[in-house]
Amino acid sequence: MTEGIPLYYFLVVSTLMFFIGIFGFLTRKNLITMLMSIELILNSVNINFVVFNKYLYPQNLQGHFFSLIVIAVAAAEAAVGIAIIINIYRNFRSIEVDRVDQMKN
Amino acid sequence: MTDFTYTILIPLIPLAVFLFTGLTGHKMKPIVSGIIGSTGLGISAILSYYTAFQYFLNSHVAGTAFLPVKAAELTWLRLTENLVIKLGVLLDPISVMMLIVITTVSLMVHIYSIGYMKGERGYHRFFAFLSLFSFSMLGLVLATNIFQMYIFWELVGVSSFLLIGFYYEKPSAVAASKKAFIVTRFADLGFLIGILMLSFTTKTFDFISLTSPSGPAIASSGGASFLGLSLLGWSLVFIFMGGAGKSAMFPLHIWLPDAMEGPTPVSALIHAATMVVAGVYLVARLFPVFALGAPDALLVVAWVGGFSSLFAAIIACTQTDIKRVLAYSTMSQIGYMMLSLGVSGYGGHEGLGFMASNWHLFTHAFFKSLLFLGAGAVIHAVHSNDMRDMGGLRKHLPITHITFLIACFAIAGVPGFSGFFSKDEILSAAFESNMPLFYIEYAVAGITAFYMFRLYYNIFWAKETHYHHTPHEAPYIMTIPLMILAFGSVVTGFIPFSHFVTSDGLAFEAHINWSVAIPSIIIALVGIATATLLYRKVSGIPDKIAKAIPHFYKWAYHKFYFDELYLFVTKKIIFRYISTPVAWFDRHVVDGTMNGIANLTQYTSESIKDFQSGRLQQYGFVFISSAIALAIIFIFLW
Repeated sequence: MTEGIPLYYFLVVSTLMFFIGIFGFLTRKNLITMLMSIELILNSVNINFVVFNKYLYPQNLQGHFFSLIVIAVAAAEAAVGIAIIINIYRNFRSIEVDRVDQMKN
Repeated sequence: MTDFTYTILIPLIPLAVFLFTGLTGHKMKPIVSGIIGSTGLGISAILSYYTAFQYFLNSHVAGTAFLPVKAAELTWLRLTENLVIKLGVLLDPISVMMLIVITTVSLMVHIYSIGYMKGERGYHRFFAFLSLFSFSMLGLVLATNIFQMYIFWELVGVSSFLLIGFYYEKPSAVAASKKAFIVTRFADLGFLIGILMLSFTTKTFDFISLTSPSGPAIASSGGASFLGLSLLGWSLVFIFMGGAGKSAMFPLHIWLPDAMEGPTPVSALIHAATMVVAGVYLVARLFPVFALGAPDALLVVAWVGGFSSLFAAIIACTQTDIKRVLAYSTMSQIGYMMLSLGVSGYGGHEGLGFMASNWHLFTHAFFKSLLFLGAGAVIHAVHSNDMRDMGGLRKHLPITHITFLIACFAIAGVPGFSGFFSKDEILSAAFESNMPLFYIEYAVAGITAFYMFRLYYNIFWAKETHYHHTPHEAPYIMTIPLMILAFGSVVTGFIPFSHFVTSDGLAFEAHINWSVAIPSIIIALVGIATATLLYRKVSGIPDKIAKAIPHFYKWAYHKFYFDELYLFVTKKIIFRYISTPVAWFDRHVVDGTMNGIANLTQYTSESIKDFQSGRLQQYGFVFISSAIALAIIFIFLW
């Protein structure tokens, strides 16, 4: 399936995804969008894991497993993150991140 | 040996009462705190009497010396192997005697105060402080070593300060309490220096080893000498400075008359019977060191005492505030005790002065606290301290009148009353060793009788003053302590004191030396007669006498201008030339450094505090750009 596609292309894709994620994280004010940006960052890392495993050490499986762990952790993180966002919304009536700049009300 | 461990309870009960009433007193009815305080002191008093019975009579084998007993001792601070500070209970004849004096007078004052302080604000505070004082004073006399004594010495100073300033809304009381504290504190500086010098020469704090005639203090022969006094002698002079401050001896006496601003029961307890004799007790405690180690220091004690007694007696003749008259008379009587210690030798009949001094301390505690409590009853009745507002009170206050008269007889040295016996022993001791002091004391005896009866006649006889409302006798809760103390003022003279309290612990026989006693009786009677002549009825003679010696009278009336002198020295010299530069240095250099450090910190934090804005994306930006910058540095530039 991946024959003929060089490693280099995958790395370009994951790098682009990583920096799109960073950019989204730094520029978007909406907390849910920021959470989505973090998912992008994580997934770009996942691509790297899988691709390096496939191209450099095809006889091993550690990279695959590690990306599976990352997916699981990302799911948990999203659940916790959304719970936090709901609480923030209840307290501030907003999920704009620049409104949330104080520990106390 | 009898077990005396229970004696630690004697000081600890008042401490417990102090903590209890001090912490919970405001929640209970005022009278309850008074009753708790009196009960606690009562238990201490019973224990003290039991201790005295055990120590002097029960456990003592007749014909042997009274040995000091360490009832309890624990190590408090172990600073180094050799420098250990202990706390404990030491019983020997003088400490057991002091136990009786303190608990008896304190108990009487407690009971009296229940009536006297009725309706005052801070009733429970008053009783809490009284208990604190009793604890400190008992701890002082029971101290096993000089350092423990110093600790409690400061504690009695603090409780005295608190009680003089009891009416803290009255500026004069606040000033008086500060004055008392500062003057005694200044004297205690000398005490501390003396302790350090003494322990440096002797390598011990412990009283038993210090005062043992074969101990290091006396055996050291005093060390190198400086200005004619050995190192030991100097240390004792410094220690005596502490004692003189507490006992209001001549150069450091100025706080005592002002201390009369406190409530009258306090004056009776602290400034007549117990705390002010702490100086005498201190010298008596270290007496073998004084007598055998440095007789020159003892001579200083004698002269300071003798001079103070004369000086104070003259001032007492001119004062009109009845409590101040009593204060100067206290100073004069303590001068007697100091003098008596000063002229005493060590051992057997040589130690007559030592015995007489302690005896006088004992009898004086009774009649002087009686005088103060009587004066309190008078003040309670007429609401004034000034004898010019009084007169003819004998009809209104019969019990106070009789008990006051008994105390006056006792202090004047009329035969049959306690003061006569103890004063006679002092005069005999002076007669045997120091003639100039002996004549001074004869004069003082006459002056004492004169001013005491001047006081007595001015209060109870003289003119029929018209009062706004008829003065009434104090309630029984106040008069019963008066009667008990009056009883004590008579019978304590018949105790064979020389069998119990002597310089070396061995009993000896002391007889009344009639060749000394008869002239002293005559002198006392002359003093009384003069006072009767001048003051029994209102007459113009006292004013005429005052006019005849105007300068001297004015001088004495203003207490020989000692307050003014001290004010001059402190304000004009010490404040201007020492304190002002020191204050300048403190404000500008010390405070400046500290403020500079604080300002620098504040400035720095002020300028970087915006860094922590709480804005998440700003943090993220800083984090990521720093990570990138570090990556660039490590990958490309390293």
